[in-house]
Amino acid sequence: MTRRASDKAMGAALPVLGVLSIVFLWWIALPLFGVPAFVVPTPLAVAAKLIGEWPFLLSNALPTILESVLGFLFGNLAAIGLAILFVYSRPVRAAYFPVILFFNTIPVLALAPIIILIFGLGLLPKIIIAAIICFFPTLVNMVRGLNLPSPNELELMHVLSAGKAEVFWRLRVPRSLPLLFTSLKIAATTCVIGAVVGEWIGSNQGLGALIIQSTFNYQSDRLFAAVFLASSMALIFFGIVALVERWFIRARLA
Amino acid sequence: MSEGGDRIETPGIETRGPSIEAKGLAIGYPAEDGGGTIVLSDVDLIIERGDFLTILGPSGCGKSTLLRVIADLLPPLAGAISVLGNPPARARSRREVAFVFQDSTLLPWRTVRENVELPLQVGRANVTRPIEATSDELLALVGLAELADRYPDQLSGGPRQRVAIARALLCNPSILLMDEPFGALDEITRDRLNDELLAIWRRTGTTILFVTHSIMEAVYLGRRVLVLAAHPGRVQEVVDLRRLKDSSGGLAREAPDAVAAMARLRQLLARQVS
Repeated sequence: MTRRASDKAMGAALPVLGVLSIVFLWWIALPLFGVPAFVVPTPLAVAAKLIGEWPFLLSNALPTILESVLGFLFGNLAAIGLAILFVYSRPVRAAYFPVILFFNTIPVLALAPIIILIFGLGLLPKIIIAAIICFFPTLVNMVRGLNLPSPNELELMHVLSAGKAEVFWRLRVPRSLPLLFTSLKIAATTCVIGAVVGEWIGSNQGLGALIIQSTFNYQSDRLFAAVFLASSMALIFFGIVALVERWFIRARLA
Repeated sequence: MSEGGDRIETPGIETRGPSIEAKGLAIGYPAEDGGGTIVLSDVDLIIERGDFLTILGPSGCGKSTLLRVIADLLPPLAGAISVLGNPPARARSRREVAFVFQDSTLLPWRTVRENVELPLQVGRANVTRPIEATSDELLALVGLAELADRYPDQLSGGPRQRVAIARALLCNPSILLMDEPFGALDEITRDRLNDELLAIWRRTGTTILFVTHSIMEAVYLGRRVLVLAAHPGRVQEVVDLRRLKDSSGGLAREAPDAVAAMARLRQLLARQVS
């Protein structure tokens, strides 16, 4: 094996070893400190639950996936649309940016009950909560990104008699893409948080509901399995966005 | 730089009259309330077609601002300016005027070739001028044919400015405005680019206005040197070098005439400081 290949193998092996060591510690710590199984399950029990209750867990993951993905889409689309409006209209920006800034300081946990109260117990309020959580970072990054072109770049476009739409697509959008992807990667994980929080507060299905019910019923193995699924979901969303970003960078569009 | 080859013609829409004409022109930055800060005033200037005018002056005298008014990037505050017999906005929308900035202003997500082709992709609705040279021909003209598929961040300062020049030439402009284009380059690169720019000027017959801080560059490139004074900004003198230059516009940097002209310009600029 060449040195380079062995370095690469080490690079892949170390994180796996890290995870395994923590799982091992978790395993031996439980009997050591006398933690009962209904409080913290063994890794094996969680794995057994994941395999054994696979259809049940999946049926609860599906609504959460739907809420997260739709929240991600609507939240980011709304943020991008508003960012474009802000960039082209100073008065609109001056009027509404402070309000949105204030709105963003409300913790999502405080906001969620209000939204459930208004929109009921269906999927819609969870999608809205997931969307709200995605909205703000994308808005801020997109406003910054669309304003990134330098004065010289804008002047170059003017000398070339470029129209507004051309300046937007040929200059502002490519300039903003790196920042857009930064916020989309944040949103890929936070949209799951939004959906789960929404389900905590009022739902009888979804991973959030499962987490709450399992906690009340001391079904710690099911609780851990649900948490594991939720975090895997966020990880997969993040991976998809990172892949799309990489494709954009390879195509040199960003 | 390839010498010879076909001369790139510059078909102007107005084929007679001076390239740029200014009368009692005052320029500066307009204020909201109608007034404004005047940077440079009382400019009376006639620039003939095919002239190479270098512009020299202390910081704050309005060298760049003058170019920006000609390029329709800034409205004049008072007086009259015509570009090829038209207001600057009209000349700009017909692509008669091209601008080269001090930083090359290349778009990093586009290859060298794609950067040169940017003028083909924006503002086309207004363009009536025929595009005569392809991007590859222009890249060959500035000696960058091999780097056409590279990205700007893979090039150093000199080549980046060559790309910017090729992009400016793509529209076959009647007037090329250059705002300290070689100001950030090392001296050797700058000398070489000066020679190449002279060769391009000879081939294209484009009117060039070239802002610089370097007295040597002003004398080496310019057929005339516009010397500006600051505080308040005004035209101090137009120094005519045409009798010093041979038919190709050349003048050895060490020639006694060149040295004398540089000494005179230095004197003019020094007088302003005291």
